[in-house]
Amino acid sequence: MSMGFLPVLLPTDVLLWLLVAALAGYFAYCRRRPHLAAPWVRVLKSRAAIVSLVLLAGYGVVGLADSLHFRRALPPAGPGDATAYSPEVLSVLDLALAHLRHSTEKTYSAPLATRLFVREEIEMPDGRVLRDYPRLRFGGAQLASEADRGADVARRTLAGLAGAALLWGLLGFALRPLRRRFPEVPWGPGYVTLGAMLALAGPAFALSLGYHVLGTDKVGQDVLYLSLKSIRTSLVIGTLTTLVMLPLGAMLGVAAGYFKGWVDDLIQYLYTTLNSIPAVLLIAAFILMMQVVIERHAEWFPTAAQRADVRLLLLCAILGVTSWTGLARLLRGEALKLGELEYVQAAHGFGVSHLRILTRHMLPNVAHIIIISLVLDFSGLVLAEAVLSYVGVGVDPATTSFGTMINAARLEMAREPIVWWSLASAFGFLLVLVLAANLFADAVRDGFDPRVRIGLAAARRAAKEAAA
Amino acid sequence: MLAYVIRRVLYAIPILIGVNLITFVLFFVVNTPDDMARMQLGAKRVTQAAIDHWKAEHGYDRPLLWNPAASGLGKATDTIFFRKSLRLFAFDFGASEDGRDIAAEIRTRMWPSLALAIPVFLVGLAVNVTFALTMAFFRATYLDFWGVVLCVTMMSISTLFYIIGGQYLVAKLWHLVPISGYEGGLDAIKFLILPVAIGVVSGIGSGSRWYRTLFLEEMGKDYVRTARAKGLSEAVVLFRHVLKNAMIPILTGVVVVIPLLFMGSLLMESFFGIPGLGSYTIDAIQAQDFAVVRAMVFIGSVLYILGLLLTDLSYTLVDPRVRLE
Amino acid sequence: MRALLVPALALAVTLAACGRVWNDPYPAADRGKNILYSAFVERPKHLDPVQSYAEDESRFIQQVYEPPLQYAYLARPYRLVPLTATEVPHPQYLDRDRRPVPATSPAVAYSVYTIHIRPGILYQPHPAFARDASGALRYDHLSRERIAGLASPYALPHSGTRELVSDDYIYEIKRLAHPRLYSPIFGLMSQYIVGLSDLAARLRAVDERMKASGQGEGWIDLRKYPLAGVERVDAHTFRITLKGRYPQFVYWLAMPFFAPVPWEVDKFFQQPGMAAKNFTLDWWPVGTGPYMLTENNPNARMVLERNPNFRGEPYPSTGEPGDRREGLLADAGKTMPFIDKVIFSREKESIPYWNKFLQGYYDSSGVSSDNFDQAVRISVEGEAALTPQMRRLGIQLRTSVATSILYIGFNWLDPVVGGAMGGAAAERARKLRQAISIAVDMEEYLQIFANGRGIVAQGPIPPGIFGYRGGAAGVDPVTHVWRDGAAHRRALAEAKRLLAEAGYPDGRDARTGEPLVLYLDTVSRGPGDKARLDWWRKQFAKLSIQLEVRETDWNRFQEKIRKGSEQIFILGWDADYPDPENFLFLLDGAQSRALHNGENAANYSNPEYDALFERMRNMPDSPERQKLIDRMVDIARNDAPWIWGYFPKDYVLYHGWLSNVKPNDMARNNIKYLRVDPAQRAAYQRRWNRPMLWPLALLVALIAAAVVPAVIGYRRRERMAALPPAGK
Repeated sequence: MSMGFLPVLLPTDVLLWLLVAALAGYFAYCRRRPHLAAPWVRVLKSRAAIVSLVLLAGYGVVGLADSLHFRRALPPAGPGDATAYSPEVLSVLDLALAHLRHSTEKTYSAPLATRLFVREEIEMPDGRVLRDYPRLRFGGAQLASEADRGADVARRTLAGLAGAALLWGLLGFALRPLRRRFPEVPWGPGYVTLGAMLALAGPAFALSLGYHVLGTDKVGQDVLYLSLKSIRTSLVIGTLTTLVMLPLGAMLGVAAGYFKGWVDDLIQYLYTTLNSIPAVLLIAAFILMMQVVIERHAEWFPTAAQRADVRLLLLCAILGVTSWTGLARLLRGEALKLGELEYVQAAHGFGVSHLRILTRHMLPNVAHIIIISLVLDFSGLVLAEAVLSYVGVGVDPATTSFGTMINAARLEMAREPIVWWSLASAFGFLLVLVLAANLFADAVRDGFDPRVRIGLAAARRAAKEAAA
Repeated sequence: MLAYVIRRVLYAIPILIGVNLITFVLFFVVNTPDDMARMQLGAKRVTQAAIDHWKAEHGYDRPLLWNPAASGLGKATDTIFFRKSLRLFAFDFGASEDGRDIAAEIRTRMWPSLALAIPVFLVGLAVNVTFALTMAFFRATYLDFWGVVLCVTMMSISTLFYIIGGQYLVAKLWHLVPISGYEGGLDAIKFLILPVAIGVVSGIGSGSRWYRTLFLEEMGKDYVRTARAKGLSEAVVLFRHVLKNAMIPILTGVVVVIPLLFMGSLLMESFFGIPGLGSYTIDAIQAQDFAVVRAMVFIGSVLYILGLLLTDLSYTLVDPRVRLE
Repeated sequence: MRALLVPALALAVTLAACGRVWNDPYPAADRGKNILYSAFVERPKHLDPVQSYAEDESRFIQQVYEPPLQYAYLARPYRLVPLTATEVPHPQYLDRDRRPVPATSPAVAYSVYTIHIRPGILYQPHPAFARDASGALRYDHLSRERIAGLASPYALPHSGTRELVSDDYIYEIKRLAHPRLYSPIFGLMSQYIVGLSDLAARLRAVDERMKASGQGEGWIDLRKYPLAGVERVDAHTFRITLKGRYPQFVYWLAMPFFAPVPWEVDKFFQQPGMAAKNFTLDWWPVGTGPYMLTENNPNARMVLERNPNFRGEPYPSTGEPGDRREGLLADAGKTMPFIDKVIFSREKESIPYWNKFLQGYYDSSGVSSDNFDQAVRISVEGEAALTPQMRRLGIQLRTSVATSILYIGFNWLDPVVGGAMGGAAAERARKLRQAISIAVDMEEYLQIFANGRGIVAQGPIPPGIFGYRGGAAGVDPVTHVWRDGAAHRRALAEAKRLLAEAGYPDGRDARTGEPLVLYLDTVSRGPGDKARLDWWRKQFAKLSIQLEVRETDWNRFQEKIRKGSEQIFILGWDADYPDPENFLFLLDGAQSRALHNGENAANYSNPEYDALFERMRNMPDSPERQKLIDRMVDIARNDAPWIWGYFPKDYVLYHGWLSNVKPNDMARNNIKYLRVDPAQRAAYQRRWNRPMLWPLALLVALIAAAVVPAVIGYRRRERMAALPPAGK
C-alpha cells in the first residue's frame, strides 16, 4: 500500500479551518494592542463566559475533528494497479468512533439495551419459530449472560470515571502555568465544568465500547454517534453563515451610512426588498433552485458527501443573505453618526481617500457592533436549522443534523411504547449548545459595550420569526 | 405627514417590483412552465399536447422575461413576468394553478390565522411585560437571577420541542384539548388554547429578557432617580414612570410585526391542523403552485412595508419631537 | 393572569364533574348521530369526473357519481357488476365495412359496446334542475351580483331533480374532448373512441371563436356537436364504437370518467361569475349516487350527506368464502346506504391523525397516504396482527394485497446496468442486475419500513390479478429458492459470484481497479428519508458496491426518467384496472418512457417479450393467456430489469363500532356499504378520553409557588427605604 488515504477538502471544511485561523490571527493581533484586548479581558473575567467557553470548546473539538475528511485507499485489485480510493468520505471523528459507526443493529433498541425494541420471529436452532425480542448484534454482545449487564455497566462506568478523573487531573496540571499568568480569569468554574464534561464523556465512551449508550434509531444506527455527527452541522450553520453575512452587512451598511445619497438609497432599497420577502419562502425557493443546479451538474460532485456539503454551504449562504440586512441597518445608523464626527470631517479636509477613511476610521469604530451581533446570531441560526430541516428546506436529507433527528423522532413519539431516546438526545445536545452560546453572547455583549442597543434589531427579527 | 405617507407608498412600488422579480426568477429557475403543467396534470398518461394546451390556457406559453419575437414595447410586456405581475398591483390575484380563486381562499383562511396569531401576540406581550417587570423590580436578587437563567434556558429550546412536547402531554396523554383541527366561532377556543399557550411559552424567554433590559435601562435614567428622591414608592415609580416610558421602545419595536400576524404561523398551523394562511403557503410551496406563492410573497411584502410605515408613524405619535420629513 | 385562571379552573372542574370529554373535535350537537368520521390528507385537486384521476379524490366523487359499472364489493378476484347499467356490456365486433365478425377474426376493425341504463334513476336535488311554473330553468341566467352573494350553490331556495338518461352519459364522453378541460385519459381514449379527436378539434375552433368574440367564459352546449363514435339509441340506451379491439375498455366504464353529467348542471356552472366563487363542476359534483357533497372546504372539512332521491341498492349477498364468518354478509339484501352523513376532516400530519383514531374520533384509519402508513405500522407488530393493546381497544384489522407494485428499476439505456448495448457487455450487466436483485433484501425492507405490510414480489403481477402465480411455481429463480414450503432469498455468496462474473469482483472493476459506484434516484419525501437512504446504501455495501443516492423533488425525478438519464430508480404503479395487461405493459418496449413517452420507466425492451405482449393484451383470460404470461414473466425475471420490490398490503384499522369493512382497491364507492353504531362509539369515546386534571392543579400550584414569594418580596421592598441603583 502506497498511501493510506486521500485527503478530501470539503468546502465547509476549508472555510471552517480558515475561520479558526482567522480567529487565531485576530487574537494574536489583539494581544499586542491593549485597547483591542481590553473588552476580551472583560469578557474572560465573567464566570458565565468561562463556563460556556469550556462547553463550546467541547463541541468545537468534536466539530473540528469531524471536519478533517479523507478517503481510504482500497487494497490493490491486481499487481501494478494505481491506488484506488473508496468513494466513502470519512472524517477523523469517524475514525475515533469507528466502533459506533460499524455497530449498527437492525432497528430500534433502547439505551444500554441488550435486546431489540421490537419483537421478531426468531428461528431457534431446533427449527421452531419464536416471537421474541432478539438479542442485539453489538449492544451487550460481550456479555455471557444478560443478567451480568448491571455489573458490567457499573464496571464500565467506574472505569470511565476513573479515566476521566485522571485526564482531569492531568489537564489541571497542564493548565497551571496559564492560571498563574492570568490570575484574574475565574479558572475555578471553568475547571469544574470541564470536570463535569469529562465525568459524562468518560463513562459514555467506556460504555459505548460495549453498548448503545443512547440507543439506536430506526435503521439501527447508534444515536450517540448521530448526535455527535450533528454537532458539526450546527457549528457550520452557526459560524459560516456569519461569514457570508459579515462582508455584505459590514461593507454595505457602513458604505450606506458613509456615502449617503444614491448609494444609501440603493443599499436601503436592496435590504428592504430582501427583508420584505417572507424568509421561509425565500429560503425554500433558493434551496430548491440550488438543488436543481446541483442535479443538473452531478459531475461537479463526485461523492454524496461533497454534494451534501455543497448544499449545507448553500444553506449557510442563503441564511446569510436573509440575515445580513439587520447588521447592515445597524451599521448604517452608526456610520451616519460617525460621519458627522470632527475627526472624520477633518480627514476629509486633509484629502484622505474614502477607502482609507472607511478602513481606518469607520470600520474599527463599529467593530464592536459587528462582533456582538455575530456572537448573538450564532444560537438563532442553530435553532433555525432545526426548523428549516423540519420544514424540508434545510440540510440534505443525507446530512446528520439535529433538525433531521427531530423530524425522524417526531414519528417515534406516536409509537406505543414510545421511542424517546432520539428526541431526548437531540434535545439535550442542542439545548447545551444553544445555552452555552447564549451565555457566551451575553458575556461578550457586556464585555464590549453594555450600552449597545443591539436588542432592537435582534428582537424584531425574533418577533418576525415567531410570526412566521 | 400626509406627504410623507404618500412618498412612502410610492417608494414601495419599486420594492414590490423587486420582490416580484426575485420570486419570479427563483421560481422559474427551478420550474419550467412544463413542470408546472405536469404537476397539475398528474403523473399518469400525460401527453405533450395536454401540457401545451395547459400552458396556453394558463398563459405560460410566452417567454419568461424578454420576448424577442414581439415588437417595440411588446418585448418586455408580452412575457409571462409582465402579464402575471401586473395584476398583482391591483390586488387581483387570479386563480391558483389548479383553478381556484386565490382571493376567496385568502378571505376564508385569514380568520383562523388571525384567531391564532392575535392571541399569541397579545397574551405574549402581556405575559412578557409582566415577567420582565417582576424581574426588573427584583433586580439583583436571586429572583431576578433565576428569572434570567430561566429565560436564557427557555430561549435555548427549539420551538419544535415546545410543540412536540406540548401536543404529546396536553392533548395525547391528558386529553385536555383536541389534538388538532379547527372550527369557526366559539368552538375555536378549544382548538386554540394549546397552540396559543405554546406560542406564548416559547416566546417568553427572548421576549422577557429583552424587555427586562429595556426596563433596567429606563430605571437607570435621571428622572427615575429624581422620582425616587421625591419619596415616591417603588411601585409608583415602576408602574407610573418606568413602565410608561419603557413601553415606547417596546411598542414601536413590535408595531412592525403586527401586519405580519396576518400571514399566519407555518409551524403551528401545520402541527395543529389550523386551516390558515401559513399552511396555505406551505401547501403551495409543496405543490409548487406559483400563483399562490407569488400572491403570498406579494402580500407578505406589502404587509412588511406597511409595518415599517406604521413604525415610523408610531414614533411620531409617542414622541412629538420626531418629525417625518 | 390569576384573575383568568380561577374561573377557568372552576369551569374545568364543573365540566369534568359532568363526565364530558374535553377533547372532542366535533360540535356537541352531532354527538350520537349516524355519522361516519373520516379524514383526508391531501387537498383534492379535481372533483370534475373528466379530470379527477387521483385516489384521494375518488374517495369523494365516487360516492356522488355513478358510472355504468362498478366492482363487486366483496368478491375476489375483482369482478365488474352493473351499477346504473342493466348488465355488463359485451362488445360486438365489426369489420371495416361494419359487418359483424367473430371476436377472433383478424378482420376486426371496430368493437361496439351497447349500454342499457336502468330507468327511473333520479339525480340528487340541485338548483340547476329547478324549473319554474312554465317549465323553464329557474337559475340558468343568474346575475353576477346574485352569484356573488351565495355561500354555496345549495343556498339557492329552489331545487329540482330529473331522471338519468343516456344523453347524460354521452354529454360526459364529449366532455373528455372539451377544450377547457384536461382529461388525463383524452389521449388514450382518442386512440379508441371513433371521432373523439375530430370533436376535440371542432370544439377547439368553437372555443377560439368564442374567445375572439369576448365570450371566453360562455357555455359550450356540447349537445350541438355530434360525436361519431357515441350514439343515442333511446332514452336509456347508448352505443360506443371503438377502433379495433380494446377488451380492457369495460374497466374504464367503472370509472368516473364515464359518469353522467347533465347538461343543465354544466350550463348552470358555466354562468359568468360562477368560477370566481369556485362554483364549478370541479368543486361541486352533482350525481345520482348515494351521497351528495354539501360542504366543500378542502382546507378543513368535506361533508357528504345522504341523497334523498337515491333509488336504494341492496347490499351484496355473495362474497368470498370467509366473508360470512367475518360478519360481512349480515346486511345481505338490506337497502344501502346505512350512514346518513360523512364528515371528512383535513389531517395533514400523520401523528394527530393516528392519535385521534386511537381516541375514537376517526372511525377507521384510512390508508391512502404514505405518511399515515408510517404511523399505522407503528403500533402493530409483525405480520398483520394487532397488539394486545389495540385489541383491548376493540380495534379491528383487515388486510388485503393492493393491486399495486413498488419496484426498483434499472434504466435499460444505462451503459453500466442497462441492456440496450448488446453483446458481452449486456450479458455482464445482466449478471450485475441479478446480483443486485439478490442482495437487496426486500424482506428486511418490509420488516423495517412497512412492518411486514406487503409481500415480496417475484414478478410484476400482484396476487388477485389474472396471471399471478403463487407458491413454488411463482418463485423468481434468479433471486429465490423454494425450500420447506417457503421462498428463501438466495445466499449473498451467489450474488457475489454473479458480481465477479459480471466483471466486478469485490465491487471493483476487474480491468481498472476502480470501485463500482452506482446511482439511485428517488423522490425526496422530507428529512425523514435518512433512515431509508441509509438502508439502501447498506444493501449495496453488502456487495461492496458504493451506492450514491440522489434525492430530488418529483418534477426533477420525472424529468430524469423522461430523459432516460437515471441509472437506478424507485417507482410504484397503481393499477387502473385488474387486468394483467395493466402491469405487463410497464415492461413493453413500445411503452418506453425515454423513447416513446410511455409508462415503461425502465425503458426495458426485449423483442420476444414485446411480441408476446401484443398477443396477450387482447386475449380473454384463458389457459392460453396464462401460458403467454408465464413465458413473459420468465423472460423478465431472467433479464431482471426491475428488482421486483413488493406488493403493498392495504391495511385498514377500524373501531369495533364500524362494520362491513373490506379493503377494496378497485371499488372506491365503498361508503354506502358501511355501518356505524353511534351509541357504542359515544360510550367508548367517553371512556377513552377522560380528562386528567392533576396537571392543571399542578400548574396552578406552581404559579402560586412563584407568585407568593414575589408578593412577599414586593411587600418587603415596599417597606425598605433605600434601594440599590438599577442595573448593578
